[in-house]
Amino acid sequence: MKVNDLILQTVTKVVAFIILIFSIYLFWTGHYTPGGGFVGGLMASSALVLMLLAFDVKTIKNVIPFDYKMIIATGLFIAVATGLGSFVFDVPFLTHTFGHPHLPGLGEVSLATASLFDLGVYLVVVGVTMTIIQTIGESE
Amino acid sequence: MTEIVKYGAAILIILGALLSLITTIGIIRLPDTYTRSHAASKSATLGIMFILTGALLFFWAEKGYISARLVLGIVFVFITSPVAGHLISRAAYYTNVPLWEKTVQDDLKMKKEASSVQTVETKQKMPQHS
Repeated sequence: MKVNDLILQTVTKVVAFIILIFSIYLFWTGHYTPGGGFVGGLMASSALVLMLLAFDVKTIKNVIPFDYKMIIATGLFIAVATGLGSFVFDVPFLTHTFGHPHLPGLGEVSLATASLFDLGVYLVVVGVTMTIIQTIGESE
Repeated sequence: MTEIVKYGAAILIILGALLSLITTIGIIRLPDTYTRSHAASKSATLGIMFILTGALLFFWAEKGYISARLVLGIVFVFITSPVAGHLISRAAYYTNVPLWEKTVQDDLKMKKEASSVQTVETKQKMPQHS
C-alpha cells in the first residue's frame, strides 16, 4: 500500500502562508508592540521548516532558490550599513532617527531607521536557522 | 449590551475550560493510542477555540478592539490541530502500535492485505505479458 502525505502537504500549502504573514506582522509591529526582527525571523524560518517537513529538500530548493549563507551576509551588511549611515549626518555610530511622513494611500505613518536595522536582524535569523537545519538535514 | 457580551464571553471561556478538562480525562481513561488521539484532537481543539473566542469577545466589549491575532489563532488551531492528530495516529499505525483488544474492524488492514495480494498477482503476471 502506497503511503502518501496528501493531507499534510495540502495543509502546509495554506498554513505556510498564514505563518509567513504573521511573521511579517510581527516584524512591522515590533516597534510599538511585542515582536520584532528576531521573533519574526524565527517565525518565517518555521514556515520554511514546515515546508521542508511536508515536501523534500530538493523540491524546496527548487521553489525557494536562495542561498541562506548569502542571506546572512546581506542581513549583516544591512545592519552595519544602517550604523555607518549615521556618519553621513555627522552623528555617532548607530544613531537612529524617526519621522512621521505622509504617504499616499496610507496616511500619516511613523517610520524609524531602526526598522532597517531590524530587517538586518530578520534576515540573519532566517539565514542562520535555515543553514543549521538544512546542513543537519542533508548530512547522512 | 456590553454586560451581555461579557457574560457570553465568560460562558464561552468556562465551556472551553470544561472541554479541556474532558480532554485530559479522555487521555487518561481511554485504552489505546487511537481513541486517545480522538479525544485529544477533537475536544481540545473545540475547547481552545471556545477560550480564544471568549477572549476575543471580552476584549471587544471591554477595550473596543478586535484582535486580529486572536482571529488568526482560532483559524490556525482549527486547521492544524486535527491534522496533527491525524499524523500522530497514522505514524502510530504504520509503526504497528496495536489497536485496543476489543476492536472489531480494521478497514486499513483489509485494504493493505488486498493491495499486497494485488501486487503479488501483478508480479506473477508480469513474466506472462512479456
